[in-house]
Amino acid sequence: MTNKLLSHLAGMPLTWLLATLLVYRASSAVYQRAGMHPLLHPVALSTAVLGTAVWIAGVPYHVYFEGARFIHLLLGPVTVALALPLYEQLKQVRQNWRSVFFGTLAGSLASVLTAMPLASLLGASRESVLSMAAKSVTMPIAIALTEELGGSASLTSALVMLTGILGSAIAMAVLRRTGMTDPAACGLAIGVAAHGIGTSKALQLGSEMGAFAGLGMSVAGVFTAILVPALLKMGGWP
Amino acid sequence: MLDALTTLIFFQILGEATVYLLSIPVPGPVAGMLLLLLFLSKRGGADEKLAYSCKRLLRHMTLLFIPSAVGITLHLQRLRAEWFPLLAALVVSTVASILITAAVVHWLRHDK
Repeated sequence: MTNKLLSHLAGMPLTWLLATLLVYRASSAVYQRAGMHPLLHPVALSTAVLGTAVWIAGVPYHVYFEGARFIHLLLGPVTVALALPLYEQLKQVRQNWRSVFFGTLAGSLASVLTAMPLASLLGASRESVLSMAAKSVTMPIAIALTEELGGSASLTSALVMLTGILGSAIAMAVLRRTGMTDPAACGLAIGVAAHGIGTSKALQLGSEMGAFAGLGMSVAGVFTAILVPALLKMGGWP
Repeated sequence: MLDALTTLIFFQILGEATVYLLSIPVPGPVAGMLLLLLFLSKRGGADEKLAYSCKRLLRHMTLLFIPSAVGITLHLQRLRAEWFPLLAALVVSTVASILITAAVVHWLRHDK
């Protein structure tokens, strides 16, 4: 009887909507308790738990997504809402606009122009290479960009998480070696390379660095979303 | 909250319409965000209600990534086959973007 009930519920999209909400709540609590360790990021933790649950229940992903898409649908509006923090950030750094503009532009281009050709050269499939383009970008923009390019949003999500974790772990070690340690250069570099996860790391190191990281993240997202489709079109890729 | 959501969806649709009409290959939500940014700078900021609701919405932004992320279960075979090119490209490009961003910023701020 219990088995029958469980498999009945597992077939209902709403069950997976509820599961996503509950697992997110629990993961966020764990993340806070663990002092916001990047490896326990709510997205990574929730994905592991829900992925396992879907697999144990023997439910195809599309059944899960049918329920969870009500959450997914809000990604667009939330991307639009990023205009508000960006507006505030841009107001703060008028005097630094040159280094912010060119630093972020160069960093975003460096990220895309190394990631895509290298993955392709080493034998990654076309869909993977397209999903690689947005890996340094804040998640809502990354998912929108990958959907635009025809890559896999799921693969991009995983790559974005990995990049954030890796970037925030190594950024300061890399930067210290070069002797470039002023908060503007470091903050922008962490934000451009490692989006939100890097930004929360930068905030722990100082509020000025955190502010620059947040700015780098937003501006890099905009540059990447505008430049990558145009670059690919010019290269005759799609 | 409802007013803010309506505004955001309106700007997203405006963005989708703009990229469609001008046939520029930019994701619609990003175009919508830039249009809202333009609107905010024309008006000199957001009204309190919109600012408050957006802040609350953005606080739970990570929740919205989970449905796509769970789809990684569909790609396990691909990851097993392609883990090396993906990981190598990811590491190299992360280091490259950290170094190049910092170098350009450092250069612009110190040698004027």
